[in-house]
Amino acid sequence: MSKFVTLNGNQTIGEAARQIDPDVIAAYPITPSTAIVETIAKFKADGLISGEFVCPESEHSAMSLCIGAASAGGRVMTATASQGLALMWEMLYIAAGLRLPIVAAIANRSLSAPINIHGDHSDTMGARDSGWIQIYSENCQEAYDNFIQAFRIAEHLDVRTPVLVGLDGFIISHSMEVIQVEDDAEVKKFIGEYKSLYPLLDSKVKMTVGPIDFTDYYFEHKRNQLEGIENAPQVIEEVGKEFGKKFGREYGFFEGYRLDDAELCIVAMSSAAGTCKDAIDELRSEGKRVGLLKPRIFRPFPHQRISEALIKMKAVAVLDRSSSPGAFGAPLFTEIRSALYDYEERPKITNYVYGLGGRDIKIEHFKEVTDDLEKIAETGKVEKVYSYINLRE
Amino acid sequence: MKKESWKELTLGTINLDAGNSVKNLTGTWRSGKKPQFIEERCIQCFFCWLYCPHFAIEVDGDKVRGINYDYCTGCGICSVECPTKEKAIVMVKEEVKLFEERAK
Amino acid sequence: MAKLKDLAAIEDRLVAGHGMCIGCGIPLIFKVILRATEDPLIIANATGCLEVCTTIFPRTSWNVTWVHSAFENAASTISGIEVMYKALKKKGRIPKDKRFKFLGVGGDGGTYDIGLQALSGAVERGHDIVYVCYDNNVYANTGGQRSSATPIGASATTSPAGTQSPGKIQRRKDLTKVLVAHNIPYVAQASPHRWQDLYNKAKKAFEVEGPAFLNVLCLCPTEWKYDESLGIRLAHMAVDTCVWPLYEVENGKYKINYKPKEKKPVLEWIKTQGRFRHLFKEKNAWVLEEFQKQVDQDWEELNKLESL
Ligand SMILES: Cc1ncc(C[n+]2csc(CCOP(=O)(O)OP(=O)(O)O)c2C)c(N)n1
Ligand code: SF4
Ligand code: SF4
Ligand code: SF4
Ligand SMILES: [Mg+2]
Repeated sequence: MSKFVTLNGNQTIGEAARQIDPDVIAAYPITPSTAIVETIAKFKADGLISGEFVCPESEHSAMSLCIGAASAGGRVMTATASQGLALMWEMLYIAAGLRLPIVAAIANRSLSAPINIHGDHSDTMGARDSGWIQIYSENCQEAYDNFIQAFRIAEHLDVRTPVLVGLDGFIISHSMEVIQVEDDAEVKKFIGEYKSLYPLLDSKVKMTVGPIDFTDYYFEHKRNQLEGIENAPQVIEEVGKEFGKKFGREYGFFEGYRLDDAELCIVAMSSAAGTCKDAIDELRSEGKRVGLLKPRIFRPFPHQRISEALIKMKAVAVLDRSSSPGAFGAPLFTEIRSALYDYEERPKITNYVYGLGGRDIKIEHFKEVTDDLEKIAETGKVEKVYSYINLRE
Repeated sequence: MKKESWKELTLGTINLDAGNSVKNLTGTWRSGKKPQFIEERCIQCFFCWLYCPHFAIEVDGDKVRGINYDYCTGCGICSVECPTKEKAIVMVKEEVKLFEERAK
Repeated sequence: MAKLKDLAAIEDRLVAGHGMCIGCGIPLIFKVILRATEDPLIIANATGCLEVCTTIFPRTSWNVTWVHSAFENAASTISGIEVMYKALKKKGRIPKDKRFKFLGVGGDGGTYDIGLQALSGAVERGHDIVYVCYDNNVYANTGGQRSSATPIGASATTSPAGTQSPGKIQRRKDLTKVLVAHNIPYVAQASPHRWQDLYNKAKKAFEVEGPAFLNVLCLCPTEWKYDESLGIRLAHMAVDTCVWPLYEVENGKYKINYKPKEKKPVLEWIKTQGRFRHLFKEKNAWVLEEFQKQVDQDWEELNKLESL
């Protein structure tokens, strides 16, 4: 039987980890994901998980342990954030290159300098080309649901690619929420057994894993790797539907909020989407035809699905919780703008960077954005492609 | 050797063909000298087998039988380490052959 | 006592056709070590000469399960494999009677320098692993840069000898003692020319429960610049000068495995190799003296530790 429990985001991931009970969990503490590691450590200490838990001496080693353990042939997870994910950077690419279905929970946090412990998406956005599938969560419930689905996606034979699940640092990781926790046995059933294709711990096959390629093979191996993430959309869709059927909460590539008859659209991921929904309700009551598109999957980027949802809009504002210094806009924006390129008629589009280092984004800010969108729709002109929200000028 | 397309490669950069480097004939690296085994002088101490970096000492049962020139790079360690008074492995001049011819 | 004949009868786990240099010392080490256990073996290899020269795709010289993930993390990678083994064994997904041995391998760069943290962490956590460092005193694979294992006075491409420089001026790191300080069950230093000693140490390392560390002198004709046929002679010299003492520390107890009857001057070691050539210039005489002083101090200390 599923039950309603009050948990914060970190405890939620811990709870999902207990239910999934991966064979090996290797993780290192860092704010704001520390409590995930602590929760799991305590579960282990109390005999509530049967897998092995290791707290190594760094995140680089945590990911290296995950890589060793996953190559060895079992189910593996980790959790980290910010500098921890940055320290793993080298190993993220290797996990993806070796096609290891490791699952990581990331309590999204800004990157130094200056050091700051609060939530933004700089950490996972920095890892956007590492070959990992990226799923973002709006609240604790989504973090829980996404984390469970992540194993199914990562381990699917057509995919076999690592997955990270983002939950905003503090805003989600530390906020208590009543969430529906599913029955242990049902979660286990949903996840199923994992069978590695080439486990090192198979004494009959002597294999060389991770050899060196020269110019004659590297390209082919990389293309071979990309196949996994390219096959992911179909699997993400199936898993999201099956999850919905089983547990009553269905997931797709993005969520649309009052989009159907909208002319103006705000695109925002993760926790900001929650506030944005409230803002939209207010704006709607004022008669403004504005809606929200909340991407859930960032890698592989669902470019076609998102552009189809946006194409009929008059103006679109893409809100990014990270910057991409020197680029033509922040990550989510450049993806979406590029996705729209092939359409003859497309909405005007503008980019806002918000919330760096945990800076608030409030209803009033979404209203300001909507004012801008109205102006753009009216004049057909984007005066500023790139601006900041709630920044002291 | 035909090289695989990306679709034909094993998922995850894995080589399942254990020990297939024996197809690389490192003997083609030799230049100018090679070891010669003189069985009568050999006391079967196996030092040459132990110290050969290129796995080029041929062993048959419990006896050293000679040199596998497919792999011998001519480093000369076996000869230096051969402990017999009159060495059971001596380095001799070798005409440098073309790579192609040796690789056959 | 093992006999070489018997060892030769065992199937090679590292095979011919690898790309290591003519006269390279790495294969000699692993020819012996890989025979010191009969159990199925899984190796995690750090980036370096051994890794690169044995796995150029689509060829591999490994006739044993082997994995490479990066340069600085052989110790954490092998710990991950060992942890998974424990997990699957507990869950009954690996038969009870099935045993594996886990071996991490790295060069001095991958062990003394960039991989030291991962190694320290792995042995502190107590994984049942063996870690072997093949110490050729240099980053050989990338063309001869200094490492913290490079001896004083050696010329390396990032500590080159020049008109104003006698090569590397720092004392080498004593990594073996660093590992001893972790209070792990077994730590040893070995050299390929004393194969019986190396074999025994590897066997002990595989047999002890918990982490074991072997530091093995590795000959590198390419970077040390000597006549490649003389490698084993050089290994004798390293040990006879006490530049590379052979000892082991079992549960904290030191034992020197070989004491030269007559300790040779370091000069005898230095003059065999091109990397020290510049030390014979008048103005660099102090480096030679300093080198000898360091070796004497270390040897004296080691003898003291043994007598404790
Ligand atoms: C993080 C990282 N830094 C640097 C390198 C480049 N690199 C590869 S091997 C190597 C040196 C290896 O030296 P050592 O560990 O002594 O092994 P050897 O080559 O001597 O066998 C270096 C610097 C790398 N691969 N990864
Ligand atoms: S010369 Fe070198 S490679 Fe050839 S057999 Fe002797 S030791 Fe081996
Ligand atoms: S080293 Fe010399 S004596 Fe010993 S086995 Fe080899 S050839 Fe024979
Ligand atoms: S550079 Fe040195 S260690 Fe590396 S393969 Fe050549 S001889 Fe061996
Ligand atoms: Mg080295």
